[in-house]
Amino acid sequence: MSWIVQNLWLIPVLPVVAAGLTAIAPQRKRVYACSLAIGSMVLSFLLSAVALVHVFGLTGGGTESRELFKFRGFQLGSEWLQLGWVLDPLTAVMLAMVTFVGTLIFIYSVGYMAHDENFTRFFCFLSLFAGAMLGVVISNSLLLLFMCWELVGLTSYLLIGFWYHKPSAAAAAKKAFITTRIGDMAFLIGMVWLYAQSGTLLFYNGGAGCMEHSALAAMVVQTTSFGMAVSTAIAVLIFCGAAGKSGQVPLHVWLPDAMEGPTPVSALIHAATMVAAGVFLVARVYPLMSASPLLLSSGLVAPTTALKVVTWIGAITAIFAASIAVAQDDIKRILAYSTVSQLGYMMLGLGVGGVAVGMFHLITHAFFKALLFMGAGSVIHGCHEEQDVRRMGGLRKWMPVTFATYAVGTLALCGFPLLFSGFWSKDDILHAAHGWSVSQIPFYLGLLGALLTAFYMTRQVFYVFFGESRLNAHDSTHSGHDIVPHESPSVMTTPLVVLAACSVLLGFIGTPAWHVFHAFVSGERISVDFGRFGENGILPVMLASTVMVFLGLGLGWWLYGRKPIVNADAPDVLATIQPQMFRVLQNKFYIDELYEATIIRWNEFAANMSAWLDQYIWAGGVKSVSLAVIGLAWFNRTVDAKVVNAGFDAGCEGASWGARILSHLQTGRVQAYLRVIGIALVVFVLFLVWGSKG
Amino acid sequence: MTLTSYLVLSALLFSVGLAGALTRKNAILVLVGIELMLNAANLNFIAFWRYGPNPELLTGILFTIFSIGVAAAEAAVGLAMIIAIYRHYKTTNLDHIDSMKG
Amino acid sequence: MTLPFLILAALTIAGAVAAMSFRNLVHCVLALTLAFAGLAGIYLLLGAQFVGLAQVLVYIGAIAILTVFAILLTRGTEPGDFPDTPASWRLSSVIVVAVFGVIVWAIRGSSLSHRALTPKPQVSVKQIGEALMGQYVLALEVIGLLLTAALIGAVIIAMYDRQAK
Repeated sequence: MSWIVQNLWLIPVLPVVAAGLTAIAPQRKRVYACSLAIGSMVLSFLLSAVALVHVFGLTGGGTESRELFKFRGFQLGSEWLQLGWVLDPLTAVMLAMVTFVGTLIFIYSVGYMAHDENFTRFFCFLSLFAGAMLGVVISNSLLLLFMCWELVGLTSYLLIGFWYHKPSAAAAAKKAFITTRIGDMAFLIGMVWLYAQSGTLLFYNGGAGCMEHSALAAMVVQTTSFGMAVSTAIAVLIFCGAAGKSGQVPLHVWLPDAMEGPTPVSALIHAATMVAAGVFLVARVYPLMSASPLLLSSGLVAPTTALKVVTWIGAITAIFAASIAVAQDDIKRILAYSTVSQLGYMMLGLGVGGVAVGMFHLITHAFFKALLFMGAGSVIHGCHEEQDVRRMGGLRKWMPVTFATYAVGTLALCGFPLLFSGFWSKDDILHAAHGWSVSQIPFYLGLLGALLTAFYMTRQVFYVFFGESRLNAHDSTHSGHDIVPHESPSVMTTPLVVLAACSVLLGFIGTPAWHVFHAFVSGERISVDFGRFGENGILPVMLASTVMVFLGLGLGWWLYGRKPIVNADAPDVLATIQPQMFRVLQNKFYIDELYEATIIRWNEFAANMSAWLDQYIWAGGVKSVSLAVIGLAWFNRTVDAKVVNAGFDAGCEGASWGARILSHLQTGRVQAYLRVIGIALVVFVLFLVWGSKG
Repeated sequence: MTLTSYLVLSALLFSVGLAGALTRKNAILVLVGIELMLNAANLNFIAFWRYGPNPELLTGILFTIFSIGVAAAEAAVGLAMIIAIYRHYKTTNLDHIDSMKG
Repeated sequence: MTLPFLILAALTIAGAVAAMSFRNLVHCVLALTLAFAGLAGIYLLLGAQFVGLAQVLVYIGAIAILTVFAILLTRGTEPGDFPDTPASWRLSSVIVVAVFGVIVWAIRGSSLSHRALTPKPQVSVKQIGEALMGQYVLALEVIGLLLTAALIGAVIIAMYDRQAK
């Protein structure tokens, strides 16, 4: 086994160790904390690079590479549960992305959180998160993955609620945790079922893993209720966990609220890595999702029920979130809904196209979404914590670097043709959707989503960076003097530039002509072939998506760019055209209110019931036991006092009364004693005589 | 004069002595009663010696001699004690000498 | 029951009863002396001459005199102060009667009472002396010691204690 595979565990452990050391450091030692965190991430990145090179070296020749390391974890009865990690192309690309983006965001946080007094706590939590996320990536055992998954959720909770003094932040953290919990419950059931079915939780184990042929073959043929194959059922359950973590409809409600956390948190967790964990999970268990009798016997890919579920939910999420993003006013919230929408695209890609398609969009999205969030953070920082886009404007004058990088990110997200990575990755998905044998609706929904994406991003850019500054329109909340926005320090803008460069360059490893990424992940041979452009439907789809992008950009400019927005309080242009529709979109289709009225109410009712039960029935039981014991004690005491003591006292009384009586014999007079002797003499003689006679 | 008559006499004497010891108030008279009882016992010994199986052993006589000796010693000490008590209590009435009452 | 025996027995009993009944203490002692004398006679009748004479010497000659001395020394109150009938004479009489009854019943019931009359044994003082110095020398020494102790004790007890005042 090569050195890197044996020591792959260092990659997650280094940040966790950094977190531990930071936790015990005093609050003042900021340099110590951030250098530990950044240092550990850089080391992890270097190790991930080594791993990537290693895997690349193995697969360049067109073979599938997968190296694993396992060890015994827990003992259940007489069996040992195996844990371990695996190094294959999927793992390698994910590791490289997470560590690279993570390092940049850590550096950015040094500047962003410089004025915050809980600087060291922030870096402690960030490092812990990074360690947990990397653990999810390298894990070979579904159990180990789940454990790191929960840890990721925990750190997300800690980071969303970082400013826990704010009630909205605390509530958002709680909402995130509980919503993802619901998905995780289904995930747990699926995991346990999988273990029961296949007897192992290791993904790959030289043929004996649960993602390998023999286990899958057994699961495919067995059916449960409703005639569903066991593999489908388990796959859907596991997908529920992924849906929770990745904010798919209906478990998407926590992601926009999670913007209460600091912007680096939003960038790292809710754009690039944690929400991508759900997509990663689906990619990991893809063999299970795509298992069908046809595939197992002949190797032909066919759409399975599980993959259909994934696709439809992804498509619905993509369009749903994109439409809500059109009507939002908070700069981070627009990006949050954009993230939800893009996650929908990733799921759609996984469902129709396979692991490589979905993962490519995940990787490119990580870069440009992190860039966008960090840019938004720079904007917020420059506008002195203002987050409402209606109150910003004309920032490209004061924040040129931020504007340039933000523009690059926007164009990548919209999928501007040829130059930007978003175009290539989104196109892969649309092409795969176009070729889906089940239905064409996801394809059309994807196209419509692309239009909306371009539209709302353009709207946002025009609101924020163009026109005149509306910052000082309302001066009641500020100290009275004019706010002049300023560019952020280089510690914040340098990562932006790096990410912008990657957003452009990454696209080139995923073009149909030179499909490095796809070949790498799928284990095929890498080659350059321009002829692939002419293959089934690639060019028409590219054309269609280009049209959509330009349409969206044009509409955005038409409505928001032609006339600069002057009045911060003026209603949105769309609101004047279609007020009811705008209001519905602005209120996120009233989903939160629906949940509040139904689930939350039921939950509250159940909680009240439980509280009542606990307070009266169980506590009553305990109280009655304690009353019984008290009664017993009282009874004991009474018996002791009345019977035992009294009896004893009476006995003593009797003895002393007897003694008093008998003391009358002690007259002190000799003759009385003599009388007694006389009586004794009589008795004695009688005794003797009778005794001898008898 | 069978043995029985002597024994009965001895018993009678003993009873009289006991009666006196039990009833008389004066301490000295109690001692007198005790002397009578001792004498009754001596008479018993002699009677048994006379009508016993082995008179030549002289057991009865010697016992009686020693008994008389002991009685003498006892009378001396007893009377001395009565004198001492009389000095303390200023009375010989046994009803009044009850400091051992308890 | 020959006549000497009856007379002597009557004498003894009379003296004893009188000794226990008289009110005057000196009269009691004199009656006691009479009882002792009767007993001495009975001893002589039984053939124990030495004992009989010893009885006269010791009892009448020493103990009775001693008792008179003691009476005279402790005469503080008039004998007439004592009540005539003692307080618990009922119980005492019951006891006495019981004692007497039991003993007589025991005597009656035993086989000894039907022993045959044996000839009177001939005992000389020499024999008694030889027995005392021979077989019973230990008892002799012990009683000597006892008498010495009694003597010393009586003196100490009855001594007029000047310091205790």
